[in-house]
Amino acid sequence: MTSPVDEAQLRSLTPGVLGILVRRGADFAAAEDAVQDALVEAFGAWPADPPRDPKGWLVTVAWRKFLDATRADAARRRREDLVEGEPEPGPAPAADDTLQLYFLCAHPSLTPSSAVALTLRAVGGLTTRQIAQAYLVPEATMAQRISRAKRTVSGVRLDRPGDVATVLRVLYLVFNEGYSGDVDLAGEAIRLTRQLAAAIDHPEVAGLLALMLLHHARRAARTSPDGSLVPLAEQDRGRWDTRSIAEGVEILQAALARDRLGEFQAQAAIAALHADAPTAGETDWPQIVEWYDELARLTDSPVVRLNRAVAVGEADGPRAGLAALAALDDSLPRYTAVAAYLHERDGDLARAARLYAEAARCAPNLAERDHLTRQAARLNARRGR
Amino acid sequence: MAKYLLLKHYRGAPAAINDVPMDRWTPEEVSAHVQYMNDFAARLEGTGEFVDSQALAPEGTFVRFDGEGRPPVTDGPFAETKDLIAGWMVIDVDSHERAVELAGELSAAPGAGGRPIHEWLELRPFLAAHPTVTE
Repeated sequence: MTSPVDEAQLRSLTPGVLGILVRRGADFAAAEDAVQDALVEAFGAWPADPPRDPKGWLVTVAWRKFLDATRADAARRRREDLVEGEPEPGPAPAADDTLQLYFLCAHPSLTPSSAVALTLRAVGGLTTRQIAQAYLVPEATMAQRISRAKRTVSGVRLDRPGDVATVLRVLYLVFNEGYSGDVDLAGEAIRLTRQLAAAIDHPEVAGLLALMLLHHARRAARTSPDGSLVPLAEQDRGRWDTRSIAEGVEILQAALARDRLGEFQAQAAIAALHADAPTAGETDWPQIVEWYDELARLTDSPVVRLNRAVAVGEADGPRAGLAALAALDDSLPRYTAVAAYLHERDGDLARAARLYAEAARCAPNLAERDHLTRQAARLNARRGR
Repeated sequence: MAKYLLLKHYRGAPAAINDVPMDRWTPEEVSAHVQYMNDFAARLEGTGEFVDSQALAPEGTFVRFDGEGRPPVTDGPFAETKDLIAGWMVIDVDSHERAVELAGELSAAPGAGGRPIHEWLELRPFLAAHPTVTE
């Protein structure tokens, strides 16, 4: 009798197991390798012989792997002393271990790509191969990226509180990578953010989780069967995941009630207003503009002001949107696409078509380029008739 | 976290500073050049930034569809083609600045006299396949 291993459940045990090994005195890099080996063994052994205590099983096997690896390295006699003692797990609750691992893997000394890779492996429990496939690089390259990241943080003490903002940026990067290979990175980012929210009480963690849930709810409606992009206004709202929206809104409301606004809460508020509109025409654009004003105050980001110009165009008409756009730097990514859209709304189809074509040439990804090219083609065909 | 193509041209790039054809180098200079390229790729693998490296033969054939049920038409090679790709390296790096830095290092590969070639490499960002999730 075999039963399939619940991969997400197994991987959710990763940070707790790793934390126990580190508290027993294993160094982070060696402990992390040992936990990976134990996870691989679990995938092989559990279907035929599921353990009664999965976490205990993983701790035992990972600790044995760690000792084997340590014994194999005779030069590292110091660690042998740990074998004799085998101290009990310390008194710290598991949630703290998990939290410290998030901080370590998002440490400011790491580059963004290293922090992402290390987080997915040490906190997420993904294998190097899965991470390499998700980011479309060779497995050897990803293995090196991870081991360099581990060396970079080797001197960092695990008992110091880190900066939640750096962790959130890493999780947001993972979320935005979306879906490629056999790993759903957006889904994984949600799982990791949910786990973080359980370990720390912080309104911006809740804000990011809400933002992810609200965006994820629209995933099925965001692309048509042929893979082309469907803009928000044209999405079939019946295909939005209402459960995910309800959960996102509830988490957001609880966070906002604490009156410690941050950029992820503000972004989630905008996503919630979109989710709340039964049709695109019923969107509460004036309130969205107000949230963009909040967001601009919090971040001073030019991208936010660009998005605000779109919202102003919807709330007060395309002329007002173009006026807001005129105040911005025209070298901003997607500036030309926004200009094209506002000029189309304003009735200047020739100019809009030209701008859509120009925006397509500098689009950062294929789906957007194809979408913008279709917009230009649509207007040119209409003008040609 | 973005991928870039470092494109090396047989023809079509501006002239290098140390612009001596490879067949006029000494065998030791050729070996030193190959070694530099291998070391560079190995170092990028070590930094977790290497994706792919390939060389292309100079001769190519142009092929096009010629209608249902007919074999494709082939033509060329065209001696007058201005732009001829010699090979590439694909890197996955954190920033455009890092991509420029690495392209500069690759362009310093030694050539005639053991001096850097100062070859012009073309740096092209990949278009990601999919957009970011947050619109």
